[in-house]
Amino acid sequence: MPDENGIVYPYIPNSAPSVKAEMLRAVGAASVDDFYADVPSSIRLQRKLDLPPPCLSEWELVRHVEGLINKNKTAREYLSFLGGGCWQHHVPAVCDEINSRGEFLTAYAGEPYEDHGRFQALWEYTSMMGELLNMDVVNVPTYDGFQAAATSLRMAGRITGRRQMLVSSLVSADKRSKIRDYLKPDMAVDLLPCEPDTGLIDLAALEARLSSGTAAVYFENPSYLGLIETRADQIARMAHDHGAVCVVGVDPISLGVLTPPADYGADIVCGDIQPLGMHMQFGGGHAGFIATRDEENYVMEFPSRLFGVAPTTVEGEYGFGDVAYDRTSFAHREQGKEWVGTAAALWGITAGVYLALMGPRGMVEIGEGIMVRTAYAIKKIGNIPAVRIPFSRSHHFKEFVVNFDGIGKSVATINQALLTRGIFGGHDLSAEFPQLGQSALYCVTEMHTQADLDQLARTLEEVTR
Amino acid sequence: MSQPISPKPALRRFHQAQWDEPVILELSQPGQRGILVPQVEAGIQAEVGDVASALPDHVRRKTPPALPEMSQIHVLRHYCRLSQENLGVDLNIDVGQGTCTMKYSPKVNDQLTRSQKMTELHPLQDESTVQGILEIMYRLEQLLKEISGMDRITLQPGAGSAAIYTNVAMIRAYHAWRGQADQRDQIITTIFSHPSNAACAKTAGYKVITLYPGDDGYPDLEALKAAVSERTAALLITNPEDTGIFNPRIEEFVRVVHSAGGLCSYDQANANGILGITRARDAGFDLCHFNLHKTFSTPHGCGGPAAGACGVTQELARFLPVPMVEFDGSRYYLDYNRPDSIGKIRPFYGVAQNLVRAYAWIMSLGAEGLREVAEVAVLNNNYLMNQVLKIRGASAPYARGKRRIEQVRYSWEQLAQETGVHSDEIGYRAADFGTHYWTSHHPFIVPEPMTLEPTESYSKADLDEYARILEHIAGEAYAHPDVIKTAPHNSTVHHTEHECLDDPQQWAITWRAYKRKTGQ
Repeated sequence: MPDENGIVYPYIPNSAPSVKAEMLRAVGAASVDDFYADVPSSIRLQRKLDLPPPCLSEWELVRHVEGLINKNKTAREYLSFLGGGCWQHHVPAVCDEINSRGEFLTAYAGEPYEDHGRFQALWEYTSMMGELLNMDVVNVPTYDGFQAAATSLRMAGRITGRRQMLVSSLVSADKRSKIRDYLKPDMAVDLLPCEPDTGLIDLAALEARLSSGTAAVYFENPSYLGLIETRADQIARMAHDHGAVCVVGVDPISLGVLTPPADYGADIVCGDIQPLGMHMQFGGGHAGFIATRDEENYVMEFPSRLFGVAPTTVEGEYGFGDVAYDRTSFAHREQGKEWVGTAAALWGITAGVYLALMGPRGMVEIGEGIMVRTAYAIKKIGNIPAVRIPFSRSHHFKEFVVNFDGIGKSVATINQALLTRGIFGGHDLSAEFPQLGQSALYCVTEMHTQADLDQLARTLEEVTR
Repeated sequence: MSQPISPKPALRRFHQAQWDEPVILELSQPGQRGILVPQVEAGIQAEVGDVASALPDHVRRKTPPALPEMSQIHVLRHYCRLSQENLGVDLNIDVGQGTCTMKYSPKVNDQLTRSQKMTELHPLQDESTVQGILEIMYRLEQLLKEISGMDRITLQPGAGSAAIYTNVAMIRAYHAWRGQADQRDQIITTIFSHPSNAACAKTAGYKVITLYPGDDGYPDLEALKAAVSERTAALLITNPEDTGIFNPRIEEFVRVVHSAGGLCSYDQANANGILGITRARDAGFDLCHFNLHKTFSTPHGCGGPAAGACGVTQELARFLPVPMVEFDGSRYYLDYNRPDSIGKIRPFYGVAQNLVRAYAWIMSLGAEGLREVAEVAVLNNNYLMNQVLKIRGASAPYARGKRRIEQVRYSWEQLAQETGVHSDEIGYRAADFGTHYWTSHHPFIVPEPMTLEPTESYSKADLDEYARILEHIAGEAYAHPDVIKTAPHNSTVHHTEHECLDDPQQWAITWRAYKRKTGQ
């Protein structure tokens, strides 16, 4: 039976007019207008919303939306070397299978009983991240790596009661923007210069800037430009000598081959888990982690949910719940630490699946494999006449800078030429890091074969000739 | 002789899956592998050798991470079992999580976002290769502009609270731009607005003033008048508030704040009941935000990824995060040239797959459909309220005898006084009947609270069933409360002893901490 519009909506069970009438009768209302008695007519919309005609049938909708998204060209159809904070790694089928299950996909902030599975899966995620990071405390994911870094720094500010943040100047411009905005009320951000030849933190400059007002030193390892900070232990020691906290951003997929930052002195470790089983999704696959030692003064500064294991009335059962819930804004609004809300739990569950599938050997092999492929790509591209690898003396993981100043062409021009040849060239750094000239950030992962890398080198040589 | 078998009871005989699943790290079988990674070809190896061994000793990991070693099917099975120990909208009458708008997330929208044309897009690709997704983002902005009445919308925030923070950051930028950053250091909110309004304001450096309702439950206009001053940066307010009560004097609230020089930001987490009825702009707001995972149906994912959308007037558009998606008549592009922008809120442009879902959802309904969503959500809510208020021990404080919009904050105060059974315990018992139940956000201004929001996704029969479950539990509270005090009985696990979670000596946030603290 049609309603006044002639439509019964499949997503709205009670849109059938007979049901509506029965329910209105049950509550003694003449029409749904009765329920809006408190909405004054002065702010009532006196017309229909002006929206495009709907795609009422499922097929019309599919046809319309697919028509739009099919205009996209993907990093599968093209050979892509884009990284810079979002990376193309293989996503195991089981990751997609688990995060597509309606029980996980359509649940929300469940309680420990009817949604025990969510608590256990997320606690297992933090447990496996703890193994990867060699740290005892890991949060339920925050939104993304930007938020994780910004919150880590505010945690460091609260822990030390100090205001100065020393942040590596090679952090991406976008992340620096987020950090500056987020630290504005409490802290001042000073950028740490890096050595022009190695791209590593300038230790003399660090020493000169450290003071009794320094809350934290923040650097990334590997850095945004793919460089492995080989003096990380010295940086941590210098920070500690001044009573500052050492905060390190890390790409978790590097940790089968690179030392977890805790082992060289990091106090807070943060990053983005997108590489661990999330499709790139045009930037929709991000989730942030923050990890610390199990020390009360650190734990109590987390704004995020922290899950813990707890006994139940039945011996041998694992129950779960929130650790130190009183820290949070859910418990005490503005008296809590920053805020907590819906963030990216499903990606935490997915990263757990990824780490369980990969196991210790998988993480070692993928880390080593990426390093080797990266070195190969650097060597091949470095051999192209007039193309330079600015930080070739340093060790790289997954990403590296390629400079085209010797060619006399802009990165934009070169990338257009690559595009017509089926390649997404590296991310253009010329606006973000003008001091690097016409440079691009190239990314190599386990998905690239020797043939892919040879094709890139060959094509680059052709378009830079 | 066989024992008599009781007949099937009136309520569902639910039992949650109970797989007694060990922690995954206990499932490790040394030598097993869940997936193989591509091996480096000999040609690469020959060219560059063992790269990792050239690393300085202290940056080279010595011992592989102690992750579980499992075959693929065992990983799959473990997580499938855990998923069965979870409920979601797909399985339960998910009306018990008020303020969260637990509606049906159409499967077709999930399917659309799983296309490689979405999943395999890198955000830094050349704009010519991502015209489809940019067009969807652009179109979604146009739809949300019309739905909210605002002039521009950013889709960048990762969720609702991130959207509130984004709005506060723009408020801060606006006052700084006018040279009043130091003077305007207070933000006003109400106790029945989401806690993140207060918390985000504080995080952004503001002093927070929280207004409490009058006896009738309506936000107190006199309290607002007393609170505003030349120090007021903004009012952050929800309407209808988490009580489901619509503030009929909202225009006056906005006027009072505006005349003091402050801005008004509308938390539209509770927009589901007013789509096409009234808009942020119509009440004079300068900023607003929607939770696309609530009102606009993207799945909640156990707590994200979600998506937030912030709307602003033209006057504030200059402060929106970068980039904005623009259209020049032939192509869509990302505009970073916005010198007054607050900068970045998250990497790239937003939770793109959820923007596609929200777009598809709006397009599946259109103007009449959105209005139908609102009206049925409100009808469902008032119908359920009528049922719940018949239950002994339950009440709906404030605005007595009046209707609500899309949700109701109830109180079990009478039940607690008469039986000693508390709201959270009702939730433990509700799990025994295959449904989710949540008390409310803190603080419990309404004693023994329960917030139900039945959205448009549930049938009359669903609502009747949920009310019968509550009625049954209330009956138990009066007749034999022990059943509730020892609940849950049909869940994956039994009553959990939470005290250790607040004790630094005992809490265990990871498996390794648990082993250390329990001497394993």
